[in-house]
Amino acid sequence: MNRIEGPDKVTGRARYAAEYPAGPADSIAYAYPVQSVIARGRIESIDAAAALAMPGVLAVLSSDDPPALSPDAEPELALFQTRQVAYCGQAVAAVVAESLETARAAAREVRITYRPEPHDVQLRTDHPGLYTPEKVNPAFPSVTEHGDLPGGLAGAAVSIDVTYATPTEHNNPMEPHAAMAVWTGHGNGDGDGDGDGDGDGLTIYDSTQGASFDRDAIAATLGLSSDRVRVISRHVGGGFGSKGTTRPHAILAAVAARAVGRPVKVALTRQQMFPMTGYRTPTIQRLRLGADSGGRLTAIAHDVAEQTSTLVEFAEQTATPTRVMYGAPAMRTSHRVVRLDVPTPAWMRAPGECPGMFALESAMDELAIAAGMDPVELRVINEPRTEPVSGLPFSSRNLVACLREGARRFGWDRRDPSPGIRSDGRWLTGTGVAASTYPARRMPSQAEATKQDGGFVVRIAAADIGTGARTALTAIAAEALDAPADRVRVEVGDSSLPRAMVAGGSMGTASWGSAVVKACEDLLKNGSEGAADTTEDVRGDQGFARHAFGAQFAEVRVDIETGEVRVPRLLGVFAAGRIIDPTLARSQLIGGMTMGLGMALMEETVIDTATGDFLNHDLAQYHVAACADVQDIDAVWLDEEDQHLNPMGAKGIGEIGIVGTAAAIGNAVYHATGRRIRDLPITPAKLLS
Amino acid sequence: MKTFAYDRARDVAGAVAGFGPGTMYLGGGTNLVDLMRLGVAEPEHLVDVSKLPLRAIEADGDGLRIGAAVRNSELAAHPAARERYPMLARAVLTGASGQVRNMATVGGNLLQRTRCPYFQDVTKACNKRRPGSGCPAIDGDHRNLAIIGHTSQCVATHPSDMAVALAALDARVHVTGPEGERVIAMPGLHRLPGSEPDRDTVLRPGELITAIRLPAPPPGASAYRKVRERASFAFALVSVAAALEVTGDGTVRDCRLALGGVAHAPWRARRAEEALTGQRAGEDAFRRAADAELADADPLPGNRYKVPMARNLIVAVLRELMPR
Repeated sequence: MNRIEGPDKVTGRARYAAEYPAGPADSIAYAYPVQSVIARGRIESIDAAAALAMPGVLAVLSSDDPPALSPDAEPELALFQTRQVAYCGQAVAAVVAESLETARAAAREVRITYRPEPHDVQLRTDHPGLYTPEKVNPAFPSVTEHGDLPGGLAGAAVSIDVTYATPTEHNNPMEPHAAMAVWTGHGNGDGDGDGDGDGDGLTIYDSTQGASFDRDAIAATLGLSSDRVRVISRHVGGGFGSKGTTRPHAILAAVAARAVGRPVKVALTRQQMFPMTGYRTPTIQRLRLGADSGGRLTAIAHDVAEQTSTLVEFAEQTATPTRVMYGAPAMRTSHRVVRLDVPTPAWMRAPGECPGMFALESAMDELAIAAGMDPVELRVINEPRTEPVSGLPFSSRNLVACLREGARRFGWDRRDPSPGIRSDGRWLTGTGVAASTYPARRMPSQAEATKQDGGFVVRIAAADIGTGARTALTAIAAEALDAPADRVRVEVGDSSLPRAMVAGGSMGTASWGSAVVKACEDLLKNGSEGAADTTEDVRGDQGFARHAFGAQFAEVRVDIETGEVRVPRLLGVFAAGRIIDPTLARSQLIGGMTMGLGMALMEETVIDTATGDFLNHDLAQYHVAACADVQDIDAVWLDEEDQHLNPMGAKGIGEIGIVGTAAAIGNAVYHATGRRIRDLPITPAKLLS
Repeated sequence: MKTFAYDRARDVAGAVAGFGPGTMYLGGGTNLVDLMRLGVAEPEHLVDVSKLPLRAIEADGDGLRIGAAVRNSELAAHPAARERYPMLARAVLTGASGQVRNMATVGGNLLQRTRCPYFQDVTKACNKRRPGSGCPAIDGDHRNLAIIGHTSQCVATHPSDMAVALAALDARVHVTGPEGERVIAMPGLHRLPGSEPDRDTVLRPGELITAIRLPAPPPGASAYRKVRERASFAFALVSVAAALEVTGDGTVRDCRLALGGVAHAPWRARRAEEALTGQRAGEDAFRRAADAELADADPLPGNRYKVPMARNLIVAVLRELMPR
């Protein structure tokens, strides 16, 4: 199905958060953040006089006069509540002005004096501050152990003990984070005269992956009840996780609008996004694998060190895919984090699985080489019958079929495993394989369906962040209603619609689709209206391990004189339940693989140790894959029937495409050159060193 | 952004006459406008020279004359550039993106500023942006910065690909200023940082580039190669512009070599040229020539890779240019 909003997007009619006009009686003001230039310390003074004297400046917000926020506000959102600076680039003040240009110019005139303290922004495995968190994102155990690990390693016929590193990486959606806040009432707690603020209403046009949760977080931060806040987010230009939680720009828009009594827009610059919208933590991962002479794993240990901020603990679940992938009598997975003077890391496409599978799937390649086995066969032979750590049966698992089908399509049987022996002109060539996995979960959501104008309207606070969710939900509703898709209109992107899960964790379609199908069934039963809440259905999702699987095959060319790496061929074969829309699915999968290619070869946020700042904070310096990097790329999928998922029989596909790509490319670089680069990205500099 | 005045010049004389303290010339704006948004450049007055009648590419004796307002994409697509100066056409095509090349002018390309991350961030010290404030790149991140000709004041690199080809081609840059016209031979337009890293070029206040004149193409085969980790839309880690003429008996009669991504200016590799000219063409001679050029390289800890990269790239490009 073509994207429903496609014509609106290509003609510019589709409105994104920063593009909404004010109401007829309003004129919009603009807020621009002032960011800390130190990574740790205290603000001694804030001199806003010069900024306030500039024509068009309406207000300067800062900790000199902290905006009223809930005392329980999450520290990353608790704007200007403290004099303490937690990281470089933190919003420490803001200018509100008649124009964006004035606000930006005045922001440079706000003079802040700091008392800096020594900062620490460098993750290292011998950091004395490393500790084991209570849980890893979102609620997995930090450590799992079973079997006799030392015995399994010591008794192994073949073993490896290697350490991999992945760098800080940033989501870079095309649409920067933006919001416009519009208050009704005074916004200052006396909307209905009783001083409790319950008469105030706030509408925020935000760029978010989930209007319901964004609404709740904004309300909680401001100390309002959720029914006083409405989030509208009809179109979102990408998120990848960075818009999955509320970001400071939305709070800034709200407090600035309250301060000046006018609608206020905040549109972050690309540079401001780097410290203010989350990032993927760097990781250092030690992998120890042991296998018997037949290649059967005897022991797996996956020990991770990663970072969080001093404000909020975010512990990425990096080793969790190892709990899913391969069977071994002894296994240990562990996470340690250290609180550094950095922004809080957060979700970036496939948090956990993406960096974790780079390490595990590179290590499996190294083990295959050490054991003299084909890397496809090594994976096949270690296929577990049940989920290794939980012992649960898989609802469906077709990793072996993906590996086999991928090998067939890719021509893997013609591969000579010897490294560094193939060339084509100046290029050494090689191929590599890696597995992919991602959980197939769903979360409670609500939906309504009504008959209207001879057709149907389905309402749900889902988010279409560029994935085509609106289109997929229309197809799902049409099927449930047994109606043609052009008679079904799906409304999403508004917190006033029935409450729904965020577009995250590859759970969007599964969560929303479950509610939509149920609401449509309810309508068919009742005549003209249907409503659904899947809370109970989701509670019943016990007893199975649910994951999508895949296999990725990469061909690389390496100019060993210059260190350039190119990827002429990339194939992904996935088993992800029923694919609802092939066009949208292919776009998600090759999009993920392309992002994985960028992770393999170029994506890296450089931190300036002297200041603690993210240095390469724009798209000219932070490189993501360009069109020219993507040559022959293909994603295909196997038919997979799974009765244990949801009414659609679908597994999420937003993230699995990025999982394993970097390992497949790294393994291919080894095959091409005989050089194993264990810290991403695999750059010319590293290949020449 | 600071408020500024904007004028569009009708002719070269008017542009130069309109230049005063705080004035900058505006070409395609693909670099200057970015720098203004970042607060790195704060002109009080812009004189737009992009519409000046300097858009011609025309035969010039044995050579070629390229107007300063010619767009990068026009130059790269021009038959004379493609057929007679393929090194130049390729260099231009490896720069930026199609959209940027459609906007960027030839004169502006030469005068673009370094992409050193510290230079582009007004919250950081930078001797080029704020003389005397220091160079945090030396102890900080300098992976993409200079390995030769730099000083303790500045390790910036010049980002232009086109300028590297022009340096190898013995191009001459024509400028008009308050004191009249003069001609600057490439690579002499750009300077090494010395003790004045804030000065990228030898241009005097008010001088405007009006044209680039190329002499006849060098004899033999020529090429431009650029190494970068992303296949497009990335600045060079190292680039090489080269031309090589080998006689029937295998002797190098003429050789041109220039390097990009290694220095504050496009780097004409004259030592390598001298070492190679008159020698028997081949792997050994190429390697000796590259070593001669890079003997003075003084990389920082984070950009040591550029020395083998430059050496290997010089040899690889010369190898490609050997007659078959």
